[in-house]
Amino acid sequence: MKKYTYTEKKDTRSGFGAGLLEAGKKDENVTALCADLIGSLKMDAFKKEFPERFFQVGIAEANMIGIAAGMTIGGKIPFTGTFANFSTGRVYDQIRQSIAYSNKNVKICASHAGLTLGEDGATHQILEDIGLMKMLPGMTVINPCDYNQTKAATMAIAEYEGPVYLRFGRPAVPVFTDENQKFEIGKAWMVNEGADVSIFATGHLVWKAIEAGEKLAALGINAEIINIHTIKPLDEKAILDSVKKTGCVVSAEEHNRLGGLGDSIAQVLAKNFPAPQEYIAVDDSFGESGTPDQLMEKYGLESDDIVKAAQKVINRKKA
Amino acid sequence: MSPDLEKLEGIATQVRRDIVRMVHGSQSGHPGGSLGCADFFVALYFSVMRHNPDFHMNGKDEDLFFLSNGHISPVWYSVLARAGYFDVEELSTFRKLNTRLQGHPTTHEHLPGIRIASGSLGQGLSVAIGAALTKKLNNDPNLVYTLHGDGELQEGQIWEAAMYAPFNKVDNLISTIDVNGQQIDGSTEQVLSLGNLRAKWEAFGWEVLEMNGNDMRDVLRVLELAKSKTGKGRPILILMQTVMGNGIDFMMHSHKWHGIAPNDEQLAAALLQLEDTKEDY
Repeated sequence: MKKYTYTEKKDTRSGFGAGLLEAGKKDENVTALCADLIGSLKMDAFKKEFPERFFQVGIAEANMIGIAAGMTIGGKIPFTGTFANFSTGRVYDQIRQSIAYSNKNVKICASHAGLTLGEDGATHQILEDIGLMKMLPGMTVINPCDYNQTKAATMAIAEYEGPVYLRFGRPAVPVFTDENQKFEIGKAWMVNEGADVSIFATGHLVWKAIEAGEKLAALGINAEIINIHTIKPLDEKAILDSVKKTGCVVSAEEHNRLGGLGDSIAQVLAKNFPAPQEYIAVDDSFGESGTPDQLMEKYGLESDDIVKAAQKVINRKKA
Repeated sequence: MSPDLEKLEGIATQVRRDIVRMVHGSQSGHPGGSLGCADFFVALYFSVMRHNPDFHMNGKDEDLFFLSNGHISPVWYSVLARAGYFDVEELSTFRKLNTRLQGHPTTHEHLPGIRIASGSLGQGLSVAIGAALTKKLNNDPNLVYTLHGDGELQEGQIWEAAMYAPFNKVDNLISTIDVNGQQIDGSTEQVLSLGNLRAKWEAFGWEVLEMNGNDMRDVLRVLELAKSKTGKGRPILILMQTVMGNGIDFMMHSHKWHGIAPNDEQLAAALLQLEDTKEDY
């Protein structure tokens, strides 16, 4: 089992900010738009370096999405930045018509996704955004796991032609992936090979899955852990190869159980290789105020929850 | 009448024939607003805009047009075809299965001339602002035009965009509102009054012009005037008075022809009022 360690914790949104700056340096067609959340989205550096390519839109997210869509006509690559709730639910029809259906090369970049936004509470803690975005034909949906991966993903989507939803978060979390990694859209990352259970995790839950893997190893259970950073297009081959080996699945995400990564995996399995699956996800409810750690515990998204789910699904496999 | 004016009016008459025949052919669509805006579209595509029927999505080095009230697609399709973007025969496929001429305009079927989908109202002004900003970044001196319905101004996103453009000096943009006073459920006065539109747009910081959208001479005059006012720090807004259903007497002055198709007798009666100037498709 590969051992993962970290020396520092950083927020994934800072990875976005750093990646955006690099993308801007690499391609002068990269532009950025923000709806009054420059500091929260860590877009300050891009704004400072490229003021003529940065657009403050004000608290008007629908207008921001429309401007970004129009900006692609003439070759620009616009990155929009606001909280995940205002990046998706608030502007769903604008994204649907002006970006997805029109196949515009817009990168919708969404911070403060999920419960770990914390104290602001349920109005801001969207848990439905992966579902909303993955249902749009042609939309790529990416949810990286740490600072380095978010930075790499941001640079990668600048070079990809087509609409993308990039989801990241607010709290500082362990930085454990390679600083110089090459991010491949749609290619799952094998975190740890194992034989007893497949744990497919995305976003902040990848580190929780690694912690769970160590606890399971102490119990004599050999878990395979795979980081599904790209929820759409889904790496079906990686999922099937793993489940054919282990025979059971735990999916883990900071999202509603309905419509998220777990459902995408279940669909692949139902069609190709039915296997028992347990969901680590928010059980069809809204969030609430609290610290990120308190909320992850209360809503069952901790490594101990993954351990219990793994034990349960292994027993279901044997039954 | 000058030969130019006569030519443009002749095209507009043919476009009106196309509109009623298309809507009749599919027994669905929106003839009222399409007929009212025929003169405006013909003026844009046959006189005012610098554009290239050899279509390129990126639209560099040409003027761009965005239709925000996408339901009046029949007039746009007819004018695009008559201007050489695609074969006029294709107009007969309007709203039929596997057509590129979808009920509302879309890029999805790759119809030349369309750069973004519209239909869900209120989105086109934001899109046009984005395209105008890109023209500035690209040092492209050409202009961006839009058309909106007056009922569409009830959508909130329009006013987000209306606030953005003057504050950010988007002065390569000429937006036109089709003020026909009608929407699906009745007159705009009955449904949700738009109030004083000139005062509203001026208060947002736009340079406001007015024109008679069913007088080709006035349409040409005001659009040229609007062009002369670009590049001066403010976006241009034209309040275009039109009559819904213009050109066919029994379709005029009513919201009833917003979104219904004529039957065979009504089509025949309509075509009697419109000379076949450019040959039917």
